[in-house]
Amino acid sequence: MKKNQTENIIELKGIKKGFDGETVVENIDLTVKRGEFVTILGPSGCGKTTTLRMIAGFEIPDEGEILLDGKDISSLPPYMRSVNTVFQRYALFPHLNVYDNIAFGLKLKKMDKDEIVAKVKHVLDVVDMEDFEKRKVSTLSGGQQQRIAIARAIVNEPEILLLDEPLGALDLKMRKEMQIELKAMHEELGMTFIYVTHDQEEALTMSDKIVVMANGHIKQIGTPEEIYNEPADAFVADFIGESNIFNGKMTGMLKVKFCGAEFECLDNYPKDTLIDVVVRPEDVILVGENEGIINGEVISVVFKGIHYEVTIQSGKNEIVCQRTRAAAVGEKVGIIIEPDGIHCMISGEVVNRYQGVISRRHTVSFIDSEFECDLTMLYPGSVLNDDGNIVKADGTVVDPVGLNVLVEMPVEKLSMSDDANAGGACGNIISLIYKGDHYNYVVKTKNGIEYMLDDEYLWNENDYVSILCDKKDIKISLLEKEG
Amino acid sequence: MVFKIARKHLCIPYVLFLLLFVIAPVIVILYYAFTNGEGQFTVANFLGFFTSGNTVGTLLYSLFIALIVTCVCVLLAYPVAYILSKMMGRKRSTLLLLFIIPMWINFTLRLTALKEVLSVIEGNLAYHPFLNTVIGQTYDFLPFMILPIYTTLCKIDKSYVEAASDLGASPAEVFFKVTLPLSMPGIISGIMMVFLPAMTNYVILDMMYNSTYIMGSLIGGYFSAYNWNQGSMISIVLLAIICVATLFTNKFTDGEEAADRGAVL
Repeated sequence: MKKNQTENIIELKGIKKGFDGETVVENIDLTVKRGEFVTILGPSGCGKTTTLRMIAGFEIPDEGEILLDGKDISSLPPYMRSVNTVFQRYALFPHLNVYDNIAFGLKLKKMDKDEIVAKVKHVLDVVDMEDFEKRKVSTLSGGQQQRIAIARAIVNEPEILLLDEPLGALDLKMRKEMQIELKAMHEELGMTFIYVTHDQEEALTMSDKIVVMANGHIKQIGTPEEIYNEPADAFVADFIGESNIFNGKMTGMLKVKFCGAEFECLDNYPKDTLIDVVVRPEDVILVGENEGIINGEVISVVFKGIHYEVTIQSGKNEIVCQRTRAAAVGEKVGIIIEPDGIHCMISGEVVNRYQGVISRRHTVSFIDSEFECDLTMLYPGSVLNDDGNIVKADGTVVDPVGLNVLVEMPVEKLSMSDDANAGGACGNIISLIYKGDHYNYVVKTKNGIEYMLDDEYLWNENDYVSILCDKKDIKISLLEKEG
Repeated sequence: MVFKIARKHLCIPYVLFLLLFVIAPVIVILYYAFTNGEGQFTVANFLGFFTSGNTVGTLLYSLFIALIVTCVCVLLAYPVAYILSKMMGRKRSTLLLLFIIPMWINFTLRLTALKEVLSVIEGNLAYHPFLNTVIGQTYDFLPFMILPIYTTLCKIDKSYVEAASDLGASPAEVFFKVTLPLSMPGIISGIMMVFLPAMTNYVILDMMYNSTYIMGSLIGGYFSAYNWNQGSMISIVLLAIICVATLFTNKFTDGEEAADRGAVL
């Protein structure tokens, strides 16, 4: 196989796919170079398997194109693509023995018998399963089936090998071994690997490039070091490895304020920019009381084998620290964080924005949400008359029904309730991130409207909640009428 | 002493039933098969069966008719089961119900209705006794072929089909190399449920004015003529055929698969 690192073997352009009207992945743009080991990483349900299945040809994208060697293959059936898959639960044919399983693809190509025998022998050697040809698939252990599944895929010498959480069913020790072997196999074969997993450690260990996905979108693409050291946003930071995430604010040149104190950092943003601050637990240094930048009290110590995980309460914030020495619960400590341990990123939306229409009941509604609002906000100095119309400051009367408005709801003003009828919209929690003294939630309604809000208490992912917002906190403004 | 009902005691009623209506009759049949009218041991019945052109002819005719009916059933049932297994939700359950409903209607009533339809098409039913027998038996036994094949097809993991396609198999190749071999247990189950009844169910032949004897009619004939010994011997031969066939098919599929064939056998 020729190695040409500059050539793109596969390109995904603007891929969108939905099932039963529900969008699963959207705006997927991804380029994979020949010979790369790319991992698509994300929590379950983020659309990573769907993306892989579209590359394999089991699903056809609704929009966008997939280019293999520059040719659009997005509507080609799987058997016409030079791509092979290692399935999550192996999918070895139970009616065939090991040899026939591996030779399945070669026989379909009407290859010479001697050549098939030689190739099967070779791949069995690659996966370290010599002399297993005659064995029945059902007599193999999980790890052995895994190896045969890999052998069955690579024997066809595909341009790309797709692996769908192939190690998910193995025990920890086996998984670690297979990670190293897969990496070695990748180097030996020179094939392009696209690997799907939800295990961030697996992704960091094996990949040349990691694609982090969440809620059907790509969040970040980068090398394992980039993803770990410079996560694009709080979600990526939270998903990749342990991290402390705080709300912060730039207070000057290379200075950021969070946890009630000012820290020096290496990221330069304009003063007053709202920042998500990510601090890895191994970058939190404990010193004596009043010797650090902030003070706190140890509230829990957990032994984790190679280190202790120490949780410190500082004001309202909880800070997690990893260190090799134990600490005593109740101990007063100071905390230092070096500038290179502080990762600042411009925080996500602080205001939820939607386009809505004023309805007859003096509410603003959009798709599946409806909130009560103060209509007098639309025109300065206006009042409502008895007919429910708006009287402007100059005396003209406006019928508000059907007006197009921009709706703004600040993140900190929204709240949640488990009473589905209490609020103006209902949905499921799709993401939660702990930010030191509160949780940051994203709630997605049935029709795909997302609300971001903060809450002090811990809710669970997938909880069905309703969104509440006080009338006075909903800011509405007129949108220019179209046409 | 307090008598406690353990789980194993729950099988007592069935064991009694088994002893009384299955084991005991088999012993009685064995006794009659190997004795003559005076109760003396003999193998004459056995030899008689295989030397009489009449009984051997009937056996061959029964095998022939059962073979034809089974083949027709497989050919009709497989596509139906395949389509059903590919369907989704309500459509699937409605269609499945349509195929099962005939099983809920009394079998004589069903055949009488079939006869009416056939006589409209053929005029006089007596002209085509063999054809009508095949039609009648197929009509009667088809659901027993559809159901096991359908169940097996439904249970085939979709990932096998995807894996085959991924490895370069066209839809036709996927079917012949993966789906069909994996559905063999269902086909065999169906064959067992159709072939043996087709050899013995002579009521259908009677109703279709087919006067040729099959194994069932032969046994019936001997017993009505009070020749219990010969009748028992034929039953034993039939039983032996069933046993051999079952053993053979169990070898054919392996034990594990045979266990989850989801069938009576």
